[in-house]
Amino acid sequence: METADGPSLARGPRTRVPDVPPITSPIGDALDRAIINNLQGGFPVCEEPYREVAVQLGTTADELMRRLDALLASGTLSRFGPMYHAERLGGGLTLAAMQIPPDDFERVAAIVNAFPEVAHNYAREHALNMWFVLATETPERIGQVIAAIERDTGYMVHNMPKREEFFVGLRFEV
Amino acid sequence: MTPRPASAIRACSAEALLDTIDRQIIVATQAGLPRVARPYHAIAAQLGVAAEEVMRRLRRMLETGVIRRIGAVPNHYVLGYQANGMSVWDVPDERVRELGEKIGALDSVSHCYHRPRHLPAWPYNLFAMVHGRDRDEVEAKVLTIADLLGTADRGHTVLYSTRILKKTGLRLGG
Repeated sequence: METADGPSLARGPRTRVPDVPPITSPIGDALDRAIINNLQGGFPVCEEPYREVAVQLGTTADELMRRLDALLASGTLSRFGPMYHAERLGGGLTLAAMQIPPDDFERVAAIVNAFPEVAHNYAREHALNMWFVLATETPERIGQVIAAIERDTGYMVHNMPKREEFFVGLRFEV
Repeated sequence: MTPRPASAIRACSAEALLDTIDRQIIVATQAGLPRVARPYHAIAAQLGVAAEEVMRRLRRMLETGVIRRIGAVPNHYVLGYQANGMSVWDVPDERVRELGEKIGALDSVSHCYHRPRHLPAWPYNLFAMVHGRDRDEVEAKVLTIADLLGTADRGHTVLYSTRILKKTGLRLGG
């Protein structure tokens, strides 16, 4: 509550209000956070790239590599390296959705996940409750994999390939 | 010879430009970049080519968009972004590009795609992935998108992920 005297935090027992909303899982120290924020933006291609980044972050290449190992091991980072653009590699990529009855969901998830072409699979709250990304060596293979999933599970697959991608710039600041 | 627009060159030649060595570099780095002082030299040694050659090819793949970027991918769940809403929108087809570019430019949107409808079950043709620390934050961001779309928003919903069933990323066979 705002008053003429300023925010209510000046009065009463609550003497401290955090500047930012609390993060559910706090991430490491200032250096870990700087590494996560900085390395989402790119990594140089040069002889000693870790040293180049370490200098910017005020640390050493050895410390940066050690921190990256730890962030990957803890799952804070899911990947570190080049991100390839599947279609430009000549492969196929699509998003697909299925409507699975709840009591058959685990069986179908196991069948779908067993396909090596399924890169990600998410359960979502909707009548269409299973959403997965298919990545294949060739564009033609997408249709074959979808047909195989329909055959093996007994459920219809809705294929939703992207028609256009719009530029995005989001980074997760920590 | 009349120069073609860069976009046309990119669209038709990126795949053709990838040769065996490019593919070997992709296979060697798709699980990640080694944490050693000279990572590109390490890849070069593994493949039996010069380090300069590896770096030259990586730079070219960055330029042509075969590599989106080199960097870190945070696990947004671990970072406290627990609520991940796939917002989906039914907008007029003739305006999807104009509107997609506007929505993609928002800070809160990590992916924005035009995808096909599957009538009658699925009337939505524009997908925007919205991340927040909780559902209230996601809902607030979705309202911002709805305001931006105005009357072009003929219907929308948000699908929340409840579980990651599989997440392996893209894999190219060696």
